[in-house]
Amino acid sequence: MTEEKKGFFGRLRDRLTKTRTTLVEGVKQVFAGRTRIDDEVFEELEQILIEADMGVETVLAIVEDMRRISQERRLENPEDLFEVLKEELASVMIPGDHTVEWEAHDGPHVTLVAGVNGSGKTTTIAKLAAKLKADNKSVLIGAADTFRAAAVEQLSTWAERIDVPVIKHKEGADPAAVSFDAADAAIARKMDTLIIDTAGRLHTKVNLMEELKKIQRVIGKRIPGAPHEVLLVIDATTGQNGLQQAKIFTEALNVTGIVITKLDGTAKGGVALSIQKQLGIPIKYIGVGEKVEDLQPFDPKQFVAALFGEESSEQ
Amino acid sequence: MFESLSKRLERTFKNIRGQGKLTEKNMKDALQEIRLALLEADVNYKVVKQFIADVQEKALGQEVLDSIQPGQQIVKIVHDELIQLMGEANAPIKLADPPPTIIMMVGLQGQGKTTTAGKLALRLKKKGHKPLLVGADVYRPAAIRQLEVVAQQAEVENFNLGEQADPVDTCLMSLGEAQMRNCDVIILDTAGRLHVDEQMMDEVRRIHDQVSPTEILFVANAMTGQDAVNSAKQFHDALPLTGVILTQMDGDARGGAAISLTFVTGCPIKFVGTGEKLDALEPFHPRSMADQILGMGDVVSLVEKAQDSLDQDKALKFQEKARKASWDLEDFLDQMQQLKKMGPIGDLMGKIPGMSKMMGKGMAVDETDFSHMEAIIRSMTPKERSHPKIINGSRRRRIADGSGTTVQDVNRLLKDFEQTRKMIKQAMKGKGMKGGKGRMKMPQFPGM
Repeated sequence: MTEEKKGFFGRLRDRLTKTRTTLVEGVKQVFAGRTRIDDEVFEELEQILIEADMGVETVLAIVEDMRRISQERRLENPEDLFEVLKEELASVMIPGDHTVEWEAHDGPHVTLVAGVNGSGKTTTIAKLAAKLKADNKSVLIGAADTFRAAAVEQLSTWAERIDVPVIKHKEGADPAAVSFDAADAAIARKMDTLIIDTAGRLHTKVNLMEELKKIQRVIGKRIPGAPHEVLLVIDATTGQNGLQQAKIFTEALNVTGIVITKLDGTAKGGVALSIQKQLGIPIKYIGVGEKVEDLQPFDPKQFVAALFGEESSEQ
Repeated sequence: MFESLSKRLERTFKNIRGQGKLTEKNMKDALQEIRLALLEADVNYKVVKQFIADVQEKALGQEVLDSIQPGQQIVKIVHDELIQLMGEANAPIKLADPPPTIIMMVGLQGQGKTTTAGKLALRLKKKGHKPLLVGADVYRPAAIRQLEVVAQQAEVENFNLGEQADPVDTCLMSLGEAQMRNCDVIILDTAGRLHVDEQMMDEVRRIHDQVSPTEILFVANAMTGQDAVNSAKQFHDALPLTGVILTQMDGDARGGAAISLTFVTGCPIKFVGTGEKLDALEPFHPRSMADQILGMGDVVSLVEKAQDSLDQDKALKFQEKARKASWDLEDFLDQMQQLKKMGPIGDLMGKIPGMSKMMGKGMAVDETDFSHMEAIIRSMTPKERSHPKIINGSRRRRIADGSGTTVQDVNRLLKDFEQTRKMIKQAMKGKGMKGGKGRMKMPQFPGM
């Protein structure tokens, strides 16, 4: 177990190298070679955080806080701000429930996965299913993306690879009907978990958002209390529109958490921080690569530690 | 969420009025507002910095004109600069002479390359070309299959060597295949890849070296944030990109990535993706994009799209009638049918200035409702259609029975009609949309 944990932490740190070099290394550069805390230091901090897609509003709030704290604590050395920044990021990221139970008390645990096109829903589902299977849980997948060409086939290919059953209809079928059937099958087959894939949709398409609501309703009708988790998948490269996405998806669905994908590029996914700060939706998983083990439960403390290139205290 | 820039500027510019010239000092607050607006629109930080410096230089020393608001004056400068940065309008696809034209689609995962490849194929087919779609994404499960389906939908030729093949071979083989099938355009759908993935970037370079493409189009989504500069730069360093396609422009992203992308690549944005259907690909207009980034509407595209698919005479008549607000239910029906031809109504509505922000707030556009609405109007007498005011309770009941709907449906349609009529009248007036307190009060627009 410790081996695996260490493995993960090391991997996370490696994967986040890009994020780190640009974020924390950038911050370090700002602090190094400066002898006092002045406006310029804060301006450069502002730049680094904005470039991480944290959004003007969130960044201005964070930097304002840092100014205040630095005065209160009478900090003089710019490097002391490093610790303050870490506290700030942790205080934004830590609140909320970042865990997924993957267990319902009676009947299958149902997870609904939604997001805009191309955010990585299907891949995320495949990875989640593979993890659950490795944890000796039975998994069923509902292929409710009946819209995009070959989406069902994409999911089916994944499912075959990880040997997980899929409930699917024909392309163009009613996604709510697929979801209902999937819920039905999950009960009949006494599955531990059911994950439902939905078509990517822009949050501005009202009729498509209505369709999502219907899917959620239908699942709840078949399995009271379901879906137990509604995960919104957001691509780390997304800019401030991610906030708008989260807002509108949350209006339509009972979104319980965010999955940030593609963190293995140079994008920092800072919009997730804005989402958590402004909407209070916690990050639950992060994707840092293409392998199944690259999708990881989000542990904010570990994440901040990794971001700042430190060993986790738990090790 | 975003306060309009012009409104923000109004505030900062109150102080400047009557000060003669624009100076570094009196522009400071305004430039700060512009800076924040651009950052909120996801234009990259460094790009914004450079941009603001340029604008300041341009504006410095200019007379503050009495006739226009100083805010408008600086918005104009900013607007012009944005347009200049984004470069040429309506940049066409370069065609090889002699054929074949080889178009290579590249980009990160999930940007919409496969769908866009299909859209481009359909567009070129409509222009009389015979495109060949080549499935070279062997990594994403069923990506090749997706392209096959898209090719079928677009009714164009399709080629791949399956998921086991080396994508470089697939692309190379497609050249001979195109010749055999008499195709004059080859569109290579390459796998999405991270710009930091050395191995994958090497693969795409090898494809490039083997086929010497005419166009290398970088596909990026309009919601992309600050990182657009990094990915675009590294792709551009690896491959001589010739153009950009911006996808998912039918969302509500401000699209600042457009600025970042053109800034780092120097390539024109050739097309924008505006919907999930295969015909939802439009030429790029820097002017409209600048409007959108600064939070204005998109009138030019609206007009062009209307010209494309609308019957000219009817469109003119419609405009005329709309301006006078004399259009009736007959026109409403007519218009509905015309709109159906144009593609998803939501797309179109979003282009009317001031409208995009209101979309989604009680303004559901559900096309399945169309058939109901049509049935209701068709159950009316000609007199009722031209004078909706005469439709009283008993007429409503009769219409509901005749169209197989309920009186509530009829009521709703009449309400929708009345609101649409007002709205279009206002949209036609142009400035009317701005309203008194910055944002016009929009009538609820249920059912449509």
